[in-house]
Amino acid sequence: MTAKVLEARNIVRDYYVGGGLFSSPRTVHAVKGVSFSVDKGKTLAIVGESGCGKSTLARIVTLIDPATAGELFIDGNKIDIARDRLMPEMRRKVQIVFQNPYGSLNPRQKIGDVLGEPLKINTDVPADERRERAMAMLKKVGLQPEHYHRYPHMFSGGQRQRIAIARALMLNPSLLVLDEPVSALDLSVQAQVLNLLADLQDEFQLTYVFISHDLSVVRYIADDVMVMYYGEAVEYGSRDEVFSNPQHSYTRTLFAATPRADVESIRARLARKNAA
Amino acid sequence: MALLEIENLVVEFETAGGMFRAVDGVSMSVDRREVLAIVGESGSGKSVSMLAVMGLLPWTAKVFADRMMFDGVDLLKISPQDRRKLVGKDMSMIFQEPMASLNPCFTVGFQIEEVLQVHMGMDRAQRRARAIELLTLVGISDPAERLISFPHQLSGGQCQRVMIAIAIACNPKLLIADEPTTALDVTIQKQILDLLVGLQEKYGMGLIMITHNMGVVAETADRVIVQYKGRKMEEADVLSLFENPKSNYTRALLSALPDNATGDRLPTIDNFLIEADSSAINLPMMEPPL
Repeated sequence: MTAKVLEARNIVRDYYVGGGLFSSPRTVHAVKGVSFSVDKGKTLAIVGESGCGKSTLARIVTLIDPATAGELFIDGNKIDIARDRLMPEMRRKVQIVFQNPYGSLNPRQKIGDVLGEPLKINTDVPADERRERAMAMLKKVGLQPEHYHRYPHMFSGGQRQRIAIARALMLNPSLLVLDEPVSALDLSVQAQVLNLLADLQDEFQLTYVFISHDLSVVRYIADDVMVMYYGEAVEYGSRDEVFSNPQHSYTRTLFAATPRADVESIRARLARKNAA
Repeated sequence: MALLEIENLVVEFETAGGMFRAVDGVSMSVDRREVLAIVGESGSGKSVSMLAVMGLLPWTAKVFADRMMFDGVDLLKISPQDRRKLVGKDMSMIFQEPMASLNPCFTVGFQIEEVLQVHMGMDRAQRRARAIELLTLVGISDPAERLISFPHQLSGGQCQRVMIAIAIACNPKLLIADEPTTALDVTIQKQILDLLVGLQEKYGMGLIMITHNMGVVAETADRVIVQYKGRKMEEADVLSLFENPKSNYTRALLSALPDNATGDRLPTIDNFLIEADSSAINLPMMEPPL
C-alpha cells in the first residue's frame, strides 16, 4: 500500500540570466539539491516564503521545466524530460492546480471546453465521451451540469478554483500538484475548497504536493511537511514532528510569524499592551 | 468625542440592473489610540464603507448617512476643496495592493515628497529630510538611495512600507489600512503588522484595519466589527468576539479557521443565512476598481 508515487533525489535547478548591455550573465540557483518522496494517498506540504524555490520545484515535479541535475521518479519510473520527450502518458500522471483562479482559466473558453481539453490533447477519447466525463467531473467538484456552457467570468473565485481542480482531475492523475490553491480565496471559501480536496483524495487515492505559505492550512491538510529557504530544504519530516519540534531557526521564525487566533494569545497580547 | 463617528451609512452603486446596495446601514465609531478591525469576506462592503469616508468612491456611488463626523468636521457637508485638505493629511489610507497603488512612472521619493509639498508646504530640503526620516521609520535600509528607486525595483514588502510612509507622512489622526498584508508572506506580514501597531501606539493614531484574516484581527485589534453582505453582524471587543461570538455568522467564520478544525472536515458558511444570500445573489460589481 505504501507505494512511492513521487520520489525526487537531489533536484537542482539553475536559471541562467543572460547578460544585457551593462550586466554580465549570471546563474541563479533556484533549487539547490532537494530530495523527498511521497507515498500514495498522502500529502506533502512544501512551505516557504516567496522566492524560496517552491514554485520552481512545482514546475519540475509537474514536468513543465526540466531539472538541471538530480533524478525524478514518478510511479517508480525515472523521468527526464530534458533528454526524452514528454509523453502523454507522463502528462496523464501529474497535473497541477495554479494559485490564481482568475488567471489560470482562459476567459474565451467555455467551462466544458476547459475540462475537455486535457482529454483532447493527451488521449484519443471521442468527443461525446469527453463531454460525458466533463459533466460527471463538474458534479464531482460540486458544480452543476448547466455550468458546462458558461464562461469563467460568470463564476466566483471559489467556483473557479473548483473548475481548475476539475480540469486537473480529468486525466485521472495519480499525483496532483497544488500551488497555493487557497491563498487567493476568502476564509469561508477556503474551507470549502480544502474539504473538496480532502474528499477527492479519499475517493481517488490521490497524492498531493501542496505548496503554501499558510501554516494553519498546512497543519490541517498535510501528512509530511518540507520547509524551504533559499532553495534548500531546511526541514523535512512528518507534520507532527515539524510542528511540535522544529529544528531549523527559519522554521521557528516562520511559526513565530504566523498570526495566532486563539483566546490565550489574545489575552497575552492585551496583557502586554496594558502593562506597557 | 470619538475621532470618527458614522451612523447608518448606506452606499449604493448604479448598475445596469438598478441600484446595488453595497453597504446597508453600518454604524461605527473609532477613538483616538484605538485599533478597530473590520472583518468580512470579499463583497461584504468593508472597503467601500471606508472609501466612502475618504470620499474616494466613483460618481456612480451614492452615499447616505445620518451622521458622518471626523474630528469635529461633518464629512457629509464638506466641500471638495476642504476634503482635499483633510484627506491624506489628518485621515489617510493604505491601499490593498502596494504594487498597483504606487505610480510606476515616478520614484518613491517623488511620491512621498508630493504629499509633504501639498499638505505641509515644505521646501525641497525639508521634504527630502522628512522623506528619509519616514523611510527609516518604516524600516527600509539605505533610505537615501531608495528615494530614487522606482516601485518596480522594490519588493512587495518594501512597496507596502513605502505606502505606509506616504500614509503617515503628515502624522494623520486616523489611519485606514485596507488589507495591508494580504499580498505578503507571513514573515513580512508580521513585520508590517508590528510596524503599524508600533506607529499607532507611538503617535496615538486611530487605526482601522480592514482584513479577512482572523489571525491578523487577533494580533492587532482592540475592537472588531464583523460585516456580511453590507450589514454589520456583530461588534465586540476582540477578546469577547473570539471567546463568545454572539452572531451565527461570526461563529461560522471562526469555525472555518483551519486552526480550529476538529476532525477531518472544516465547517463552512454554506448553511448560514440562506435568505441573506438569496437576496444579494447575482448582483454585479461588489467592489469598485480603485
